[in-house]
Amino acid sequence: MGLAKRIIPCLDVDNGRVVKGVQFVDIRDAGDPVEIARRYDKEGADEITFLDITASSDNRETIVNVVEQVAGEVFIPLTVGGGIRTLEDIRRMLKAGADKVGINTAAVFNPEFVKQAAERFGSQCIVVAIDAKSVSAKGEPKRWEIFTHGGRKETGLDAIEWAKKMVTFGAGEILLTSMDRDGTKIGFDLELTRAISEAVDVPVIASGGVGTLDHLADGVTKGKADAVLAASIFHFAEYTIAQAKQHMQDKGIEVRL
Amino acid sequence: MATVAVIDYGMGNLHSIAKALKTVSPESDVMITAGKKFILSANYVVFPGVGAIRDCMHTLTKSGLDETIREVASKGTPLLAICIGMQALLEHSEENGGIDCLGVLPGKVVKFATNLTDNDNKKLKIPHIGWNKVNYIYNKPLFINIEQNERFYFVHSYHSSEVGNNNTIATCNYPNSFPCALKWENIVAVQFHPEKSQRAGLQLLKNFLNWDGKS
Repeated sequence: MGLAKRIIPCLDVDNGRVVKGVQFVDIRDAGDPVEIARRYDKEGADEITFLDITASSDNRETIVNVVEQVAGEVFIPLTVGGGIRTLEDIRRMLKAGADKVGINTAAVFNPEFVKQAAERFGSQCIVVAIDAKSVSAKGEPKRWEIFTHGGRKETGLDAIEWAKKMVTFGAGEILLTSMDRDGTKIGFDLELTRAISEAVDVPVIASGGVGTLDHLADGVTKGKADAVLAASIFHFAEYTIAQAKQHMQDKGIEVRL
Repeated sequence: MATVAVIDYGMGNLHSIAKALKTVSPESDVMITAGKKFILSANYVVFPGVGAIRDCMHTLTKSGLDETIREVASKGTPLLAICIGMQALLEHSEENGGIDCLGVLPGKVVKFATNLTDNDNKKLKIPHIGWNKVNYIYNKPLFINIEQNERFYFVHSYHSSEVGNNNTIATCNYPNSFPCALKWENIVAVQFHPEKSQRAGLQLLKNFLNWDGKS
């Protein structure tokens, strides 16, 4: 029809370096974010997402510098998430060259913030990041809830209801991460992805668990995602973005080649 | 040396657009500016922007840049408007409950119809986000050396409408056709983001900076 499904590599950035942990432990250094972003752009990435996991707020400037540098030479959309709590945070990121910001924890603690952000900057640049975990027992109908703090803190919020609410508050996209799958390399939680994608009118980016190229394709064909996000399979050069796109096209998915 | 003014009115990814212009034309003097004198004396003017139309129009009128843009438009300087910049040039937008825009170009801005479906019978997602094919009707001045149906990056929930057939120079389908590039005398306007559309986008910016604002 036209609109291509997107492949989005994600860079977890800690103090200016790309890192990737397996379920939030064992953080491996994967290199310089500017260099990696440059490589992904060459390979045909449709967008790049930076997730700032720097713990100390003193070092937040480093992500601004990274975005500025990358935006200066990589001409594809950039999203920045992690630590976005105020309208000023958003303005700063957009000014540095980001096109979208990801709001996660701040949305849970203050849903009105999403509303204000969408009113001020437009829904198109507000991505609400949802970290969901399965909470239903075996045999029960599937249910997922929202977790914060890297999956450690439960909120009691139903993931589907939360996603719908965030869209009515102005989210332009949902970045959906399965905390059960993140870092496992066993594939997306396809049931969760499909449930959210069918529940909301805005594009859904599937995240968490990609280990093979089939997983990426499944996210679109079975999970009904509009975009797929992955980190480690690209950082450590297991696959290139170009290979991933070719694979998706071979599976009948429309991509930008 | 050509001077290029990127209008700074507090909205949007100015850094990216300025860097993209500088990349395709290293010899040009590209400046991000709210300075009316500089904007009016520049050889090329870019009116970028992301965001919502109410804030866009509000900041333009508050700063007086609305008048500056009208002057640029009427004095024949090649002007490129991008995304919300394009929408702001039209007469009226449905966004934020209805906002009067600059009315420099004929046409209005409407929301994508909801409850449309794509080819897989899946509900069509709004905003229209991602890389879609651009079908151009005229390759001059913007689409020289760009392939037909090349993909450009879009991110928007509203699109232009009733702009007059002769003013549409390219269209996009989502799933219905809408005008995604306009031309009116010395003004060109695009809904997609050339500064985010990699090689094709850079080529389009290069074409703009090679344009005399006439043909």
